[in-house]
Parts: sequence; C-alpha cells; structure tokens
Amino acid sequence: MNLFKLSWKYLTFRPFSTGLNVLLLALGLAIITVLLLMQDQLEKKMNEDAEGIDLVVGAKGSPLQLILSSVYHIDFPTGNISLDEAKNLSRNRLVKSTIPLALGDNYQGFRIVGTNLDYLELYKTEFETGQAWAKPFEVVLGAEVAQKLGLKTGDQFLGSHGISEGSHDHDANYFVVTGVLKPKGNVVDRLILTSIESVWLTHEEEEEEEGAEHSEELESTEITLHGLPSSDSPKEITTLLIQYRNPMAAIQLPRLVNARTNMQAASPTFEMSRLFELLGVGISMLKGLAFVLIGISGIGIFIALYNSLKDRKYDLAILRAIGASRFQLLQMIFLEGILLTFFGAILGILIGHGFLDLIIRQNQTGVMTSIQPWIFLKAELWIVVYALMVGVLASLIPAFTAYQTSIAKQLTKA
Amino acid sequence: MLLKTSDLAFTHPGQKTIQFENIQLESGESLLILGKSGSGKTTLLNLLAGLAKPDKGEILMEGLELSKLTGQKLDLFRGQNIGIVFQKPHLLAPLSVIENLKMANFFSKKRNNKLSQILEDLGLAQKKNASVLTLSEGEAQRVSIARALANEPKLILADEPTSSLDDENTLKVIKLLQDQAKKIGAGLIIVTHDQRVKNHISKFIEVKAS
Repeated sequence: MNLFKLSWKYLTFRPFSTGLNVLLLALGLAIITVLLLMQDQLEKKMNEDAEGIDLVVGAKGSPLQLILSSVYHIDFPTGNISLDEAKNLSRNRLVKSTIPLALGDNYQGFRIVGTNLDYLELYKTEFETGQAWAKPFEVVLGAEVAQKLGLKTGDQFLGSHGISEGSHDHDANYFVVTGVLKPKGNVVDRLILTSIESVWLTHEEEEEEEGAEHSEELESTEITLHGLPSSDSPKEITTLLIQYRNPMAAIQLPRLVNARTNMQAASPTFEMSRLFELLGVGISMLKGLAFVLIGISGIGIFIALYNSLKDRKYDLAILRAIGASRFQLLQMIFLEGILLTFFGAILGILIGHGFLDLIIRQNQTGVMTSIQPWIFLKAELWIVVYALMVGVLASLIPAFTAYQTSIAKQLTKA
Repeated sequence: MLLKTSDLAFTHPGQKTIQFENIQLESGESLLILGKSGSGKTTLLNLLAGLAKPDKGEILMEGLELSKLTGQKLDLFRGQNIGIVFQKPHLLAPLSVIENLKMANFFSKKRNNKLSQILEDLGLAQKKNASVLTLSEGEAQRVSIARALANEPKLILADEPTSSLDDENTLKVIKLLQDQAKKIGAGLIIVTHDQRVKNHISKFIEVKAS
C-alpha cells in the first residue's frame, strides 16, 4: 500500500461523485481541445489553400462567397465572367500570372473544376497514378475523391449539373480518369480537375441537344494546358486566380477591377481574416462555456473533497494514529484532487479528438474532411497542466483542513 | 522499564486540571486504567499515545521522553511503537481487511510479513481480502486489534474495548489482547470503566476527577 493507492481507493470508493466531476471537467476540456484543433488546423489549411493566390476575380456579389467558392470550394460561385474581360485583365502589367477556373458540375458531391495545368503546379501536386488530362473529358482526381468513390485511372463517370449532389446528370459525355493525385492534405484532395474546355463542352451539349455525331468532333477539340483558353465565340469562365507582379498591385489592382469592370476582386487573406473575425464571436462564446464548465467542475471537486472529508475525519485521525504525518494527509488530499483532474484532462482530450473524428465522418465532402482528428498538439499539454492546476486549487482548502485535523479530538469524541 | 510517567497533569480548556497517578509498566505486563465516564481516563490514553501533550510531567518510553518529540517524528514514533485499539473500530472503509493492516505498515515505514498470521490468530483468516464493509461488529473490532498489532508495537493501548460486549466476548477480547501482547512482548494498557475486566487483570490505576 502507498499514498497513491490509498487516494485511488478513496476516489473509486465514491464512483458517482468522482465520475460526475471527471465528466464535467472532461467536457469543458473537450470543448477547448476541439477549439484548439480546429483553430490550429483550419487556419493552417486555409492559409495553405490560399497560398500563391493573391487575388480572385469573379462575378460581382459577396467577396467572401467568391473566395469560399473559388479558393476553398465550399460556397456557391457568384456567377460567371466573360472570357474576354478576364483576358484583358490578365494582360495588365501588375499581373504576374493567372489561372482560370470554370465551375458548375459535380460528381457525387465532389466538384468538377475546369482549369489548366497551372492549377496543379500552384498546389505542387504529384501523381499517384496516371498523368494529367490532354484531351477533353479527361479528368484528374484528388486523392480523397478517388478513395471515397473508389475510382481509379481508366474509370469513367457521368457528371451532374450544379455543384452539389442530387441534380440532373449530363448524360451525353463520360469523363475518363487519366490520373489520381497523391494526398496533399489540401483542397485539391477533394476536387475533380479537368480542362476548361471539358466544362464548356458539357454545357454546350446540353444547350444544343445534339446526338452522338457531335462527340467525334469533341475528341478533336484542342484544349488549353497553360494560360487562358482562346475561343471564337464569346465564352465565360467562373473566376480568375491572380498572382501579383509586385506589392504595388495589391493596392491598385483590386481597385481597378472593382471600379472599372463588371467583375469583382477579392483578396483571400483579407476575406479570411474577416471571416475569422466574424466566427470569433462564436468561438469566444464556446470558450466562455468551456471555462464555465471547468469552473463548475473545479467547484464540484472542491465540494466533493470537502464533503468527503467530513465523513473521513475519523479515517484521517486513524491514519495519524497509525503513524501518518500531517504532511502525508495533505499529500493524500492533493493527490486525490490531482488524480481526479488528471483523468478529467485525459478523458477531455480524448472526447475532444473523438468528437472531431465524428464530425469529420459525418461530413464527407466539406472542408472539415481535410482536418486530422488524431493529431496531438503541444497546446494539449497545457490543457493537462491547466486541469492539474484546477485540481490543486480545488483541493487546497480540503487538504489544509485535513492537515489541521486534531486526532485526539476526533477519536475520543465518540 | 517500558513505560514510566511522572506527575502528569492535563487541563481541558475551561475545566479543572486532572492529576494522573504515576504509571510504571514492564514489557509483557498488563495494566488497567479504571475510572468513571468523564473522569479523564481517555485523556490519559491520549497523553500516553502522544495524541495530546501533557501540561505538566513527563512520559518516558524506554528512556525516551515522549513529550519531547514533535510533528512528524512523533507521528512516526507512535506508528512504530504504539498500537492503539479505539472504542470503535474506525476501519478505513474503501480498503479490504489486509489493506487496512498494510496501511499501518506503510505509514510507520515498517515491514511485517506476519500479517496473515495475525489475522489467523484473531480468527480472521477467511476475511483477509474482504471489504471491511462486510464485517460484523465483532469482526471489525478484531480487525482493529489486528491493525494495532500490525507494526509489532512495544505498547498496546486499548480504549474501552469491551464496552459493548457481553461477558463471554469480553473475556475473549481481553484474552486475545493479553495473548497477542505477550506474543510480541508488548506492554498492554486497557482503559475501561468495565469492572468485569478487573477479574482478568489485576494491576490497575484509577483516574478520578479531582
């Protein structure tokens, strides 16, 4: 027997009171864990996804929506812009490079993005199997798309109209998978990438309602692998991702686009910090709730220890009578508080990670999927430290009471 | 000489000072401390156990002055050398019978591999791993005696061990205490108002509130 075992026995002797306190503390700490993980990973992911994109130009509307739809591929696009206008802009001397995006279709909830090979280079993607598209209707799958849909190089599928699941299929043309990308942990993982022309052709098909003879013609269509596609007829794209040539561009270019064209320019950095500011209210409310829970559990532990001391006055006196020192009793009570909060902390961290895991499992295609629920952060060590501090604080008064118990009085009162 | 007291006096706050008769006890010897309820016999036991400090006088155990020890040293000395049987068993409820005994070993930093033997002597061999909550009153009292013996003390102090027992069991408990004390060569002091005990132990002192 030792002090540790004795404290443990006393804790497990009142399992409900102990369990309730551990659970309360764990819930508070779980919320903090989830917030920590989300904040760390989401912000990191968001920054990673937006790297190399200085400005997004699209149809007028909400700038935040524009960023969410074309950088993170979560929200709906604001509309289309004319290819000619996009071309004019890309020739501006402040623009270093541009990548066009054409959105509008999906396959089982995963977005089909028409773009060029620059997009792959932007995210420094590598191929797991196969290679990039070279003809219309050839697509490259992000790692997650391939894994969740069970598709591999050489497979075929029909896209559906709209960017979310459940709309009608484009039944005229099958997409052919030419390559699957290696997992990168960023937005590309959950995209189906193809050429702009593929997206155009899918939609022209629909409008023209032409038969099979047309598809042979499609095969011969040239596709643009780099830069903006050229076309005789007026065409549209959804957005243009822009990289600045110099810092001056950051000041001049957005103003130029917003004031002089029918298009809208939005900066991912600016919009994201605005979004986090908006979310900040919710996050601080959750944090507040977590601290209230932790506070209550601290008080709960204090009351539990203090009440148990009333029942245990004799026990404490007996311990002294069989040779325990005051200091050992003090240690014993502290040990109980610390053990309690330690288990609370471990449980809280596990609940937090488990909860995140659950959310991610529920959320098949969203931005949450790129979050790793079982990554452990250094900050979580602080959660343990923090919990132990609650334990020490809560056992301060009970431990001191135990320290001061007069044995003679207790034992002879009976 | 195991225990020797001289001119002990103690004053409870707001009460008259109690003067105690001098005690002299050899190892293996038994002594009764008799007195009416409230006469101060438990106070004397507390003084002898080092649970309270006398206002006057001194207690010598094997030549060591008990009242000079303080704090942790006193606690350790008590744990190692004095076994106390309280009026009520006061066992540690979360622990099993054997764990209660081992606890005594832990706090007094002593090792004793005869714990099972002690339990057997007291007829508790079957209950070794039972929770103390499952014990009958008589068993609980025997466990508390076993705990007092666990550190093989030099002095055993028992506070009213027979107050709630019938004649037959009184005899048994007194015999048990005497036998066990003899076995480990300890002095035995029983504090009681129970006149029946006098029939078994002849040497006694009386505490009277003056």
